[in-house]
Amino acid sequence: MSIRDRLSGNEAIATAMRQINPDVFAMFPITPSTEIPQYFAQYVADGKVDTEFITVESEHSSLSACMGAEAAGCRAVTATSSAGLAYMNEVLYVAASSRLPIVLAVSCRALTGPININHDYSDSMAERDSGFIQIYAENNQEAYDNYLQAHRIAETADVRLPIMICEDGFITSHAIENIELEEDDAVKAFVGEYKPEHYLLKEENPLAVGPYGVSGYYMEARVAQAEAMKNAKRAILDVAADFERTFGRKYGLIEEYCMEDAELAIVLMGSSAGTAKAAVNELRAQGVKAGLVKVRVFRPFPGEEIAQAISHCKAVAVLDKSEGFSGCGGPLFAETASMCINLEKRPKMVDIVYGLGGRDFTVDHAKRVYRRLEKIVATGEVGPIYSHMGQRDLREDVQ
Amino acid sequence: MSEMIEIRWHGRGGQGAKTASQLLADAAFMSGKYVQSFPEYGPERSGAPITAYNRISEERCSIHSNIYEPDYVAVVDETLLDSVNVTAGLKAHGAVIINTEKNPEELRAKLHGYEGRICTIDARAISQKHLGAYFPNTPMLAAVVAVSKCVDPYEFLKDMETSYRHKFAKKPQVVEGNLKCLSEAMKGVKG
Repeated sequence: MSIRDRLSGNEAIATAMRQINPDVFAMFPITPSTEIPQYFAQYVADGKVDTEFITVESEHSSLSACMGAEAAGCRAVTATSSAGLAYMNEVLYVAASSRLPIVLAVSCRALTGPININHDYSDSMAERDSGFIQIYAENNQEAYDNYLQAHRIAETADVRLPIMICEDGFITSHAIENIELEEDDAVKAFVGEYKPEHYLLKEENPLAVGPYGVSGYYMEARVAQAEAMKNAKRAILDVAADFERTFGRKYGLIEEYCMEDAELAIVLMGSSAGTAKAAVNELRAQGVKAGLVKVRVFRPFPGEEIAQAISHCKAVAVLDKSEGFSGCGGPLFAETASMCINLEKRPKMVDIVYGLGGRDFTVDHAKRVYRRLEKIVATGEVGPIYSHMGQRDLREDVQ
Repeated sequence: MSEMIEIRWHGRGGQGAKTASQLLADAAFMSGKYVQSFPEYGPERSGAPITAYNRISEERCSIHSNIYEPDYVAVVDETLLDSVNVTAGLKAHGAVIINTEKNPEELRAKLHGYEGRICTIDARAISQKHLGAYFPNTPMLAAVVAVSKCVDPYEFLKDMETSYRHKFAKKPQVVEGNLKCLSEAMKGVKG
């Protein structure tokens, strides 16, 4: 039986961690993820978990400690945001290439500067090439559910990759909303015991972690890692299917909302997808064929699935919540557009960068995007392919 | 979603506007509703104006933006009226609920031409009387429930008693004072 409760995204993730009772939690605090280790420290103090809770001096060290624990065959977790994730950068790549299935909770927050504590995806998007799987949540329920699925996905035999469970800083991490929690026993049964095939001090087959990869072997290791990331797609869907059978809530790589006959579509991520759904509902009531695609999994990138979902649309706007500074659009747009290149018939596409550093995204903003798409369809003119929405000066904004 | 009630709280950092918004969400949650309670964060400075929000509805609300056209506005610190346009976007059928010892009409001149309903509650006096200190949250919470009726007032008092008895299990002596704060504030709203 599910338990009706109300929790912030951070407390939901901490609750999932308590239920899973990992072997090691290496923590270093940073806003807005700090509450996750804060709640967890209370569980440790109350004897609700028997996790080794290690307080370290930096994020570089917290992820390094997780690496050591995972290499020894333990389940290891941590949480971070923004500059903390950036400071992990070097170790993220080492953890992924060492094929250690660490679970890292990220309360996504802007990178400096100007210095800012609020939400966007500049931190997690900057690590999109690190080799971590990345799953994003629309709300506290999804943050909790994604976390419950994380260990199994990461530990899948032909995947063995670390995973980031991302929630929107403050918007999700600090917002209290209703949530359906699952019973501790049911969660433990779903997640299962971790029995790694290889670990450092396994007597009959000891493992070396982090050796030098000479040119004659480095590439093979990288190709194997790339194959593992491709395999993660299937693993994510398998775990989601079992999650639905067990707990009744359905997840995929993407979520299609009113897409079946949609002519105008938005592709976006996270909490903004919920806000944009309200715009879709309003527009549908007026007869506008609007829909949206929420990208739940960003790594591995569900390019074929997104392309398929939008292939029948007339115009599509991709919404990027990180700038990227490519000079021609954000990362979600670049990857979405590139995966549409070989479609027989493809929609006109534009990129809109929005919501940087906590700039609010409202139902009216989403409606403004659909109006822009209507204009594109009516005139056949795409206009600027890449623009910014929600600026202080509306003359510069998406009209 | 026409039955959804949206509330915006104005306070100063450290006064507990965020906590008040969480308590209201708790009360609405206990009455079976779907709730959202979220703060708007800037640089964290004690005494700086802060904003917190509530959405209360019969179905889960998927919107995750701030609230620009609230049904009700709660002002925990009346000195904010000098610097913040607290009634901005407030719906015509709604009300602003201000913690002050003044009468509602005495404050209209500070509300930038706002023509709607003004309610006041002397949260300081009620808190001093029953808790012996200035905790404006509890009386403000009750005043917001009394004015907005976002939860049934009778159920609210019952649920809050359960909640306080749980929360203050180790300090049962403070339960009575908080309950008296709530019931007196529910009757003490002017306007």
